[in-house]
Amino acid sequence: MLQFQLWKKLLVVAVILSGIIYSLPNLVGGNAASFLPGQKINLGLDLQGGSHLLLRVDIDAVQQERLETIAETVRQEFRSAKIRFSGLNLRDDAVTVRLRDAADAVQATAIFDDLGQNFSTTVDDNIYRIAFNDAGIVDMQTKTIQQSIEIIRRRLDPDGTKEPVIQRQGLDRVLVQLPGVDDPEAVKRLLGRTAKLTFQLVDTRMTAAEAIDRGRTPPGTVLLQSASGDGRSYVVEKRVMVSGEMLDSASAGIDQNNRPAVNFALNTVGARKFGKVTGDNIGRPFAIILDGQVVSAPVIQSQIFGNGQITGDFTVAETNELSLILRAGALPAPLIVMEERSIGPGLGADSVAAGEIAAVIALLLVAIYMVLSYGLFGALADIALVANIVLIIAALSALQATLTLPGIAGIVLTMGMAVDANVLIFERIREEIARGRSVLAAIDGGYKRAISTILDSNLTTLFAALFLYIFGSGPIKGFAVTLAIGIVTSLFTAVMVTRLLIILWAERKRPSKIIL
Amino acid sequence: MRLKLVPSDTSINFLKHRRIAFIFSILLVASSVGLFVVKGLNLGIDFKGGILIEARNTTGPADISGLRADLGQLGLGDISLQEFGTPTDVLVRVQRQEGDEEAQIAAIAAISSTLGDSYDIRRTEFVGPTVGAELAEKGMLAVACALLAIMVYIWFRFEWQFSIAAILALAHDVLSTVGLFALTSFEFNLATVAAILTIAGYSINDTVVVFDRVRENLRRYKSYEIRDIINKSLNETLSRTVMTSFTTLLALLAITIFGGAVLRDFALAMIWGVLIGTYSSIFVAVGFLSRFDIRHQEPDDGVDVPETERS
Repeated sequence: MLQFQLWKKLLVVAVILSGIIYSLPNLVGGNAASFLPGQKINLGLDLQGGSHLLLRVDIDAVQQERLETIAETVRQEFRSAKIRFSGLNLRDDAVTVRLRDAADAVQATAIFDDLGQNFSTTVDDNIYRIAFNDAGIVDMQTKTIQQSIEIIRRRLDPDGTKEPVIQRQGLDRVLVQLPGVDDPEAVKRLLGRTAKLTFQLVDTRMTAAEAIDRGRTPPGTVLLQSASGDGRSYVVEKRVMVSGEMLDSASAGIDQNNRPAVNFALNTVGARKFGKVTGDNIGRPFAIILDGQVVSAPVIQSQIFGNGQITGDFTVAETNELSLILRAGALPAPLIVMEERSIGPGLGADSVAAGEIAAVIALLLVAIYMVLSYGLFGALADIALVANIVLIIAALSALQATLTLPGIAGIVLTMGMAVDANVLIFERIREEIARGRSVLAAIDGGYKRAISTILDSNLTTLFAALFLYIFGSGPIKGFAVTLAIGIVTSLFTAVMVTRLLIILWAERKRPSKIIL
Repeated sequence: MRLKLVPSDTSINFLKHRRIAFIFSILLVASSVGLFVVKGLNLGIDFKGGILIEARNTTGPADISGLRADLGQLGLGDISLQEFGTPTDVLVRVQRQEGDEEAQIAAIAAISSTLGDSYDIRRTEFVGPTVGAELAEKGMLAVACALLAIMVYIWFRFEWQFSIAAILALAHDVLSTVGLFALTSFEFNLATVAAILTIAGYSINDTVVVFDRVRENLRRYKSYEIRDIINKSLNETLSRTVMTSFTTLLALLAITIFGGAVLRDFALAMIWGVLIGTYSSIFVAVGFLSRFDIRHQEPDDGVDVPETERS
């Protein structure tokens, strides 16, 4: 009557055993863990501490910058090809230019075609309009994001040891999850600047004061502020002589006055250009520009080749960060922090401890209550409950799912709900006995009748977990995962494990009556 | 001797109290919606954007009024401070700053430097306005989709009348939980949405167990009146309903007391959910069910459910 085939018994034993094996790495530390097949549970940032940052890559800025370059290229190409033009403008995400002589159209079109396949040119009444085409926009977005991710990784994890998660999200976003951060402000400082380094000559024909007075600067120059916030400005040539891409290395050091400074070395191409510019312009100030602000503008004393020094109003920490950022390279576009969640390691550890205490106490309360309510059967259900927790831990470890603080709440909640299946079964058995069935028939009937109810009620909860997973983020996703795993494992333990235990008990004792 | 919260054999006429329960539920839902509209929810930064900083004074109890004065001088607008968990811990909430994301980041830096070295910053959360709106949208979508999926599943497994009754009971639970948050001004955040979805899952769990029994008894006792079948089903499942609610409450109590301050609101919401879910399974879901002619598939035995209560 009580059918529980051998393969089912073996299945239960096998599942429980592998559950124990896979959950063991979480209990034993050190070397013993390396002999076991599984891994420890992957703790979420809210439990181990760390920073979660959702960044937006300012792609519009890149687009603008690329179109500026296009405008400049067109200007230079037209000049060298002696094409007369007017109204070279950048507006509404496009560069427009008017040819004075329609006869230059063929030559001009050739120049436009050389701009690359990301751009399309349209013409209307001798006015040419150059803009990104659809494929070009996508290409630029993808490249910008990929490059940003690469630079973010190099800045946050220069040694490749911190295992940050850095991934693209949606069109223009990057998600950064960096475990074990003590100072989230430092992380934001590292990502907060694009670190575009350029060397440009200062135009000495006009002083900054004159430029401000007249409200304009000589052609081909631009007015830039000082980075130190002293209010000074410089009239700087637009032409970039040497840029950050030509850097070979950068490190924190000190200048001859013992103040913190950043030493840099240029690669071969950079060194050649630097040598030529400094050789040709001895006596002129040479501006070192970081993100559009003049860090310093020393007067060139002699020809310099590969190595240089950036001096300014720096602290030691700033030179360390700046040299790290310069080594990692410039971001293609500014990053904007849209969401931040940083948890200190202390809070994470406290949360784990509190979660563990809550879990143990919940387990004890539920276990005692089950024994009080159902006696021996309650104790058997308690064994299944412990097996359930072992299986949840094993599943989380094996799947390398992330355990979050709400996830711990999910496990504790599962304890309360896991016994539900057993309660349903026991109540059914109680009824069967009340109807005058024999013990074995009552047990068998109780299981048979309860099973469809158990499936229905658990599946509906699984739906809630599913949508939490789909729409939730971070810790909430973790909650959904543990809830879902808990439902599946509790189904197994309640239906299979307690059943096996009860059958083993019934076969041995051959009870003539049971009290429930 | 076994511990029993409910005797094994009860014969409570639940449907007799249907009208009282109905009025109570209508009032509950109406006042919840009213509170939601008039008073509104105390939305957390997850949804409205803003800054939240949890800090611990490493030198002694946190001087909340002193901090309030210091932080108030930063000119960051609406700042709220509260003790969090222990007297040394303080939770600082700052409204969304005027301007773009950069302004928010600057505000965080200003707050952490004002807190000074004696405070250890344990948690920093900042949600920009764009992300806040997205999270709110996703949260509502999650609840809507979950309710829809549950409704379809019940429809598939039972009859459509069961599905309608179940979804009305669920809406009752969700709305009254929202009402509770409006009434108490507890912070309504992503964890609350998770709690609401879990409440929905829990409540439907309870409802399904009762429905299952109703369906079984409909087949078994063809000559019984619907009201008797429903009453019988409720009584037969009562012991289990109370038992499961009680064990779940025990687990939630453990989280509330020992699980730390972060989980406390979540656990409290869940406790409410278990109570209201249990109530709604017994009175609301089945109350609606008793108004339908759920025996239409066996027209021969058909007994129409009276629209009004016989006294």
